Amino acid sequence: MHELLTPGSDKPHLLLGNEAIVRGALEGNIRFVAAYPGTPSSEIIDRFSRLGDEAGVYVEYSVNEKVSMETACAAAISGVRSMCSMKHVGLNVAADAFMTLAYVGVKAGMVIVVADDPSLHSSQNEQDSRFFARMGMVPMLEPSTPQEAKDMTLAALEISEKYKIPCMLRTTTRVNHCRGAVSMGDLPTESPRGTFEKDPFNMVVIPLVGRKLRLVQLEKMEKLQEEAERSPLNRVEGQGRWGIITSGTSYPYVQDAIGELNLRDQVKVLKLGFTFPYPEALMADFLKGVEKVLVVEELEPVLEDTTRRIAQEKNISVEIAGKGKDLIPRAFELDGAKVKKALHHYLGVPYEQRALFAAPELPMRPPNLCAGCPHRATYYSIRKIFGDEAIYPSDIGCYTLGVLPPLKMGDFLICMGSGASTAGGFSKVLDRPVVSFIGDSTFFHSGITGLVNAVSHDHRFLMVILDNGTTAMTGHQPHPSVELTPAGKVTPRVNLESVVRGCGVKRVFTVNPLQVKKTQEVLQDLKESMKEPGVSVLIAKSPCPLFENRMLPKKSKVVFQVDPSSCDLCKSCLTELGCPAFVWEESASGETCIRINEALCNGCAVCSQICKSIKPKKIG
Amino acid sequence: MRIFFTGVGGQGTLLATRLVGEAGLEQGLPVGMSEIHGMAQRGGVVESSVVMGEVSSPTIPDGEADILMAFEPLEAARALPKCNGKTLAVTSTVPIVPFTVATGQSAYPSLESLFEAVEKRVARFVKVDAVELSKKAGSDRAGNIVMVGVLAGLGWLPIDRPNWEQALRKILPAKILDENLKAFHLGYEAGAAAK
Repeated sequence: MHELLTPGSDKPHLLLGNEAIVRGALEGNIRFVAAYPGTPSSEIIDRFSRLGDEAGVYVEYSVNEKVSMETACAAAISGVRSMCSMKHVGLNVAADAFMTLAYVGVKAGMVIVVADDPSLHSSQNEQDSRFFARMGMVPMLEPSTPQEAKDMTLAALEISEKYKIPCMLRTTTRVNHCRGAVSMGDLPTESPRGTFEKDPFNMVVIPLVGRKLRLVQLEKMEKLQEEAERSPLNRVEGQGRWGIITSGTSYPYVQDAIGELNLRDQVKVLKLGFTFPYPEALMADFLKGVEKVLVVEELEPVLEDTTRRIAQEKNISVEIAGKGKDLIPRAFELDGAKVKKALHHYLGVPYEQRALFAAPELPMRPPNLCAGCPHRATYYSIRKIFGDEAIYPSDIGCYTLGVLPPLKMGDFLICMGSGASTAGGFSKVLDRPVVSFIGDSTFFHSGITGLVNAVSHDHRFLMVILDNGTTAMTGHQPHPSVELTPAGKVTPRVNLESVVRGCGVKRVFTVNPLQVKKTQEVLQDLKESMKEPGVSVLIAKSPCPLFENRMLPKKSKVVFQVDPSSCDLCKSCLTELGCPAFVWEESASGETCIRINEALCNGCAVCSQICKSIKPKKIG
Repeated sequence: MRIFFTGVGGQGTLLATRLVGEAGLEQGLPVGMSEIHGMAQRGGVVESSVVMGEVSSPTIPDGEADILMAFEPLEAARALPKCNGKTLAVTSTVPIVPFTVATGQSAYPSLESLFEAVEKRVARFVKVDAVELSKKAGSDRAGNIVMVGVLAGLGWLPIDRPNWEQALRKILPAKILDENLKAFHLGYEAGAAAK
């Protein structure tokens, strides 16, 4: 039995925030889950994927976040509780659905989990998704701990069902990827059947209907605000003449800071869990009872601006602060020390920050494409043929790491799918070859529309689809053309090359990038043919070795070695290929040599095709 | 008690972090943990933390780690800003050469200089050849468990030995449990000897 299906008991389990959300969804009888993976939200759909059959939950890895939200909302409209989860930028993709789904609403509870990533641990921006709740007028809950993540998933379902509107559960990395003790409640046994009652004049949003629903939604907001005012998820803690308003991940930092600065008798805290609609009366009451208040929140001054507005509207004379120099920083995550420093400056309480040790000057350890990664081989060959002259728009996935030296492949990137669309724009205004990169999963996510656009407008570029057969970066999730499954090799549901041809692309080639010579020949031909207008597509197809090793029985292993007698130390293996299995070493006697770390070598054989001094060696 | 873990993607630092947290839970202590997944795991630095007792936030600000568990010497030195003068620092002595060094973009500092940088700052500094002890336990992948054993053996955490072992039994798959228990015991002895 999966740990998350353990029957209810008093014994707490140490769960990841994302696992706690899954458990909450199970306890709340969610039977339909759809998501596209994205750090820090991925473990939600991954855990569901593992336990879905056992638990009687329909689980799908949707092709993108918009599709996941639309799929899941159909279940909720039909009376089946549902969930979709995504990272913050995923909500941008799903925004079109999000904004109008809030008008139409749902019948059964629907939870939309949105995971922000302050400090950009694994993201391209630091956007604050709380704005979306306000823009879409969708109720929002913000847990601070894994236990709250579970409890608020249940609360979100109740709110959603009571007010017939989806509810957003907004987390941040430090909730999703923190572990804490979580109690396990009982799991329901009854599974509801979907039913659909036709009601087009409330569910088909033509302007006539939209106007009506817009007013309904505003009414819902008023009722939801009353709900927020009396919600046990919002509470005042402690007592004192000073106040702190906080929510989500910032709350534990505030708790630690108050304790460590001995402010328990001087500061009271308004801890908000139900953060939209704002509990304005509760906030006003809190403001009336303090001399000055600090709003502690990560990213944008959302609660702070609201606090200021409430004070102005209710004519409350109180000093309010939040973001600012020596106070709460706007960029990057908070921590206990940052909050202590802000309290010290704002309240004038003593705090001596320890003198911090500086780390000595050290070599960097950036993340890197793995040894044997086929993307490296693809990049190597493309650079050989197209050099520095070409512009290389890139996209989001493991292959984005190709931007780092020595490969240096990647000139422009903003979001999922941008590699496909920006390439066409570059090709129209620049007199240089354009070669764009996109992964297989990203292609299905949001590359197809860009490709169709490029074909229809005769954009002139080469799109390279780096097809490693999985969604590697986020943990090897499946996608429509996946061939390797736990059950073995299968025929893909969707054939990638057929899709490309179906988009109208005439010049389509599929190569195995681990075959260097053949790949470069095809690239050379493509380069010639690019003198004509139009889009060419190269599918560089070779499975992610980490994924392959997990899915298929281990093959007899070959590793490669550098023959020191013939190696002339030209270092091109290091400076052009840059496989992490290679080591540049100086012996005790001061002699330098290049060595391949056999423990890391994956036996891909690419290096042996570019250097005669590298030879195979059978092991095992 | 705040314990900061640092290592290189692939070393199993997150599993070790989990084990420390589970052992704390077995002991009945309030436990919080924090991990970072995603891009960093592709051969980059992996940082995580465990907090126990009267601490609410599972992340550790600079200067506030009571214990530093470094799974690689270079990363021990890089994590120095997390430490203070009362910190217990434990490091594996076996380098994993970063890619920037392998390609000659930079040089790996001497181990002596890395150790000295940490040793002169912290209260206690313990060095362990986790790779050798792992091999002795019959595995080439149990260095992370050796490190957990050392932490347990040093006795800075109020966790009884049976609760450590219970955490291992709970988390590790049965087929690798024996060699990992052995790795834990070897680490424990090394930790206890360094007390």
